[in-house]
Amino acid sequence: MRVLHHPILGDETRKTNATITVDGREIPAIEGEPIAAALLAAGIKKFRETPKHHKPRGIFCAIGRCTDCVMIVDGVPNVRTCVTPVRDGMIIYTQKGLGKWGVEK
Amino acid sequence: MKNTEIAIIGAGPAGLSCAVEAARAGAQVTVLDENLKPGGQLFKQIHKFFGSREHQAGIRGFRIGQNLLEETEKLGVNVLLSASVYGIYEDGLIAYIKDGRDHTLKAKKIVIATGASENALAFPGCTLPGVMGAGAAQTMINVNRVLPGEKILMVGSGNVGLIVSYQLLQAGADVVALIEAAPKIGGYGVHAAKIRRAGVPIYTSTTIKEVLGEEKVEGVVTVSLDEKWRPLEGSEKEFRVDTVCLAVGLSPLTELAWMAGCEFTFIPALGGHVPIHDSNMETTVPGIYVAGDVTGVEEASSAMEEGRLAGVACAESLGYFEGQKALELKQEIWRRLDALRTGPFGEARFRAKNEQLNARRKLA
Amino acid sequence: MMQKQGVIYQGYPSEEELSRIPGVPSDERIKKGPVAFIECAQEIPCNPCEEACPFKAITVGKPITNLPALDETKCTGCGTCIAACPGLAIFVVNGSKEKAEISFPYEYYPLPEKGDEVDCVDREGRVVTGGTVLRIAKSQKYDATAVITVQVPKEYIKIVRGIKRLGRS
Repeated sequence: MRVLHHPILGDETRKTNATITVDGREIPAIEGEPIAAALLAAGIKKFRETPKHHKPRGIFCAIGRCTDCVMIVDGVPNVRTCVTPVRDGMIIYTQKGLGKWGVEK
Repeated sequence: MKNTEIAIIGAGPAGLSCAVEAARAGAQVTVLDENLKPGGQLFKQIHKFFGSREHQAGIRGFRIGQNLLEETEKLGVNVLLSASVYGIYEDGLIAYIKDGRDHTLKAKKIVIATGASENALAFPGCTLPGVMGAGAAQTMINVNRVLPGEKILMVGSGNVGLIVSYQLLQAGADVVALIEAAPKIGGYGVHAAKIRRAGVPIYTSTTIKEVLGEEKVEGVVTVSLDEKWRPLEGSEKEFRVDTVCLAVGLSPLTELAWMAGCEFTFIPALGGHVPIHDSNMETTVPGIYVAGDVTGVEEASSAMEEGRLAGVACAESLGYFEGQKALELKQEIWRRLDALRTGPFGEARFRAKNEQLNARRKLA
Repeated sequence: MMQKQGVIYQGYPSEEELSRIPGVPSDERIKKGPVAFIECAQEIPCNPCEEACPFKAITVGKPITNLPALDETKCTGCGTCIAACPGLAIFVVNGSKEKAEISFPYEYYPLPEKGDEVDCVDREGRVVTGGTVLRIAKSQKYDATAVITVQVPKEYIKIVRGIKRLGRS
């Protein structure tokens, strides 16, 4: 959920101006915001599954340290979504294990 | 390979303050930061800072950040963003990656101002999506303007836990409770009072037993602790929450200082292993300085003062000051730092920082 | 287990703590008219209240960890200190009228409007009484901290310290 009104920061002035596709689902986003922010705004919390036990993982540190939020972005696995900015038209997949190179069909 | 007089690693409150002081003295300064934007964690601090006027008290953290950025721009400081420093080698050689390529930079002086990262906590369910650092949640609400969840349980009653709880309320979330394993609240009472009168209960001597949920956080079970920190059977409470925020301390990001060969000392009050430095913020490796949370976890106000100190000291060692000017500036900064490290909350840090300085004296 | 009293246990100062800190005015002074009520009970490094007061009624001095001391004879209850306090720990109370008036800092969205009937809360966030919003002061100097004044029955003058956040169920 986006914070549209804020007592200190004021009203949100940015508009969603980009669309990213996550596991085939189109999601509105703001160009330049971290991918992870767009996902949380859309209610998506699971970003990847662990290699051995297939356990879900989501965002933890939000500063690019912990790598719990990595996903496959435009065919590149292990992209830290908390520090990678949104570009219009990005194709993103929930990463299974170590991920695969190349955009899934 | 490029050259610079002073290279500062980290464009947070310490790094930018350092850059401002050194550039003002006339030195050529390059700041490197791995993030997309400068400012470190200052831009998520939307509360008014404590201290006195000389510490910019009463001004909200993100405005202090904006002022610092304007100053660095005015002074012509070169700030390289999305530049991840991965190594410091002999003779002031810095290696970093930017735009997918390797780069090197040679500096006469290096200041490591890499900050700290949040600690995790182990409990059943701690890896479920929805369990995150309190600072991570703070970044999401105040920088990215996105709520990570709507019903939150906060773990830890230090200033981070208290302040982020308040800011989650300001962003429109409900903080269902704040729990603290210790028998008393760790942070400032005034921060606690803000969330108490907003209706947030604070449970001391309480920890997490488990987080519920399969794919994401759906609830949490807490348990009370006795005076020996053992769980009290039958004291479990269940909360329906979608997010658990952990505010259980920070650890200095010391990798580069270790790699550079700096000697360390272990001071729990400062967050663990911290590089030994002298009163000029210079480490045991000549020409390598440290400033801010990497030298021991404190707060943004003291990080900025340490940054200024390192900036003055670097410029001084490069010959940019005449007569007693550098000493006068440093004495002012030492006084301001001492002012922040007084009182029942500051004394422990004052002692710890002295222990760190004494470790340097012992080596000398 | 009995809940221990005091700011380090409950997160707000107990009556006993309030009775011995130097920022709290006397009952006689409260009856005379508006006066600052400074609920700062811990020695933290902070002194913007001292500088904010146009009447020099608040003293912190050196070291800056001293508790702020209120000179209740100099204080006019102007409320300038309310938004200046980074800890949002200063209130202004007025016990000179038929109903009590309490001013407090407020940093939530949305703000109430003048004349609104609101739920007033105590230091634990419990709704203890209804109240009427008399004033909402905003100023560039306050930097987004609004100062709200509510009117409540007199017995709540030392109890009410805010209002329930609006738009919450």
